[in-house]
Amino acid sequence: MYNFEFVKPSSVEEAVAALKTEDAKPLSGGQTLLPTMKQRLASPSKLVSLLGIDSLKGVSVSDGVMTIGGATNHATVAKEAASAFPGLAYLAGKIGDPAVRNRGTIGGSIANNDPAACYPSAAIACGATIVTDRNEYAASDFFQGLFTTALEEDEIVTAVKFPIPEASNYQKFEQPASRFPLTGVFVAKYAGRVGVGVTGASEDGVFAWAEAEAALAGNFSPDAISGLTVDADGMISDLHGTGAYRAHLVKVLTGRGVKAAS
Amino acid sequence: MKVTMKVNGRQVSGEVEGRTLLSSFLREGQELTGTHIGCDTSQCGACTVHVNGKQIKSCSVFAVELEGAEVTTIEGMAAPDGTLNAIQAAFQEYHGLQCGFCTPGMVMAAAALLKDTPKPTESQIREHLQGNICRCTGYHNIVKAIMAASGQPVAAVAAE
Repeated sequence: MYNFEFVKPSSVEEAVAALKTEDAKPLSGGQTLLPTMKQRLASPSKLVSLLGIDSLKGVSVSDGVMTIGGATNHATVAKEAASAFPGLAYLAGKIGDPAVRNRGTIGGSIANNDPAACYPSAAIACGATIVTDRNEYAASDFFQGLFTTALEEDEIVTAVKFPIPEASNYQKFEQPASRFPLTGVFVAKYAGRVGVGVTGASEDGVFAWAEAEAALAGNFSPDAISGLTVDADGMISDLHGTGAYRAHLVKVLTGRGVKAAS
Repeated sequence: MKVTMKVNGRQVSGEVEGRTLLSSFLREGQELTGTHIGCDTSQCGACTVHVNGKQIKSCSVFAVELEGAEVTTIEGMAAPDGTLNAIQAAFQEYHGLQCGFCTPGMVMAAAALLKDTPKPTESQIREHLQGNICRCTGYHNIVKAIMAASGQPVAAVAAE
């Protein structure tokens, strides 16, 4: 990969200042960014490591909301969210493999917005809030399509806040070589509302399956969605599965998720 | 840039570029060539080492990020007199390798698993090894070796 300047600030303010350089990029766990740089698909002039900023790390719960610092790795979430929010802990514990989970972070996953990343499905289903150094975004405003978010170039995800559901479940239909979800569905049940977040399926990236959410709000059982169909138009088609196959998976996985969370 | 870290209990330092990967720092800077680079794309796990007690892929982290860290490589697993540790001895006993290229990563991954889960089930072992690829063994004897290293009977390991 091309060389770059490396800095490791100890505060968010210093990191934001360091990111003012042209083509500077924040570096969190690097589990996507390093492979991307090796392929020369990215060649930042400067990397600003976020791992020296203690305030970006940790999991806490208050008033029914789980707040996860942006630089918290997946293994930590899998462990520390286990009792308060087992659905999210399960999701975190299935990302990549054990070595990847010890480095990769929630902030990196959210900011990169890979169309098959796991965390965005939970953020959408839960109506999470993405907190940055300068703003707070509703998840539905934050994710704007493949690898595209509301973030400005020098903006850092400092935390993600999840309202903790009464029950939740993540169904990941794994692409066995990459261990990314071929399609993944996060189901979250709250008093009076149900969230269904789908990743890996749509050409527009993560989305909420609104028809299922409406049907499940009145009747939280797999039967409630049995009459619904997911449009295959706009679904990703590749050698691993057609758009119709992914559309079918969305419904099947939602049903399984509801059953498991009931 | 200068970076200082502890590798296998020994304080080491070296001049690195920002882009120097931990795998290069270990192999080229410290001449610890037991850490293998299989794919260099974060897929294969041959380069697995421990950083502050946690397994990571050394091809996917910059050396400069690990200022002050404690790193353990495959060279740090056997006793100073060369006596193999329990995991290494079990790999030998149960023929958990053929060409041996993936073995350093397998042993480091197994060590991380057994630290947190001293008596793993067969499925826990297989799940834990998801990031470590072996092209020879079909994994069967690797799983047996890890069962044996954890003091559990290997006869129950199902042939797949």
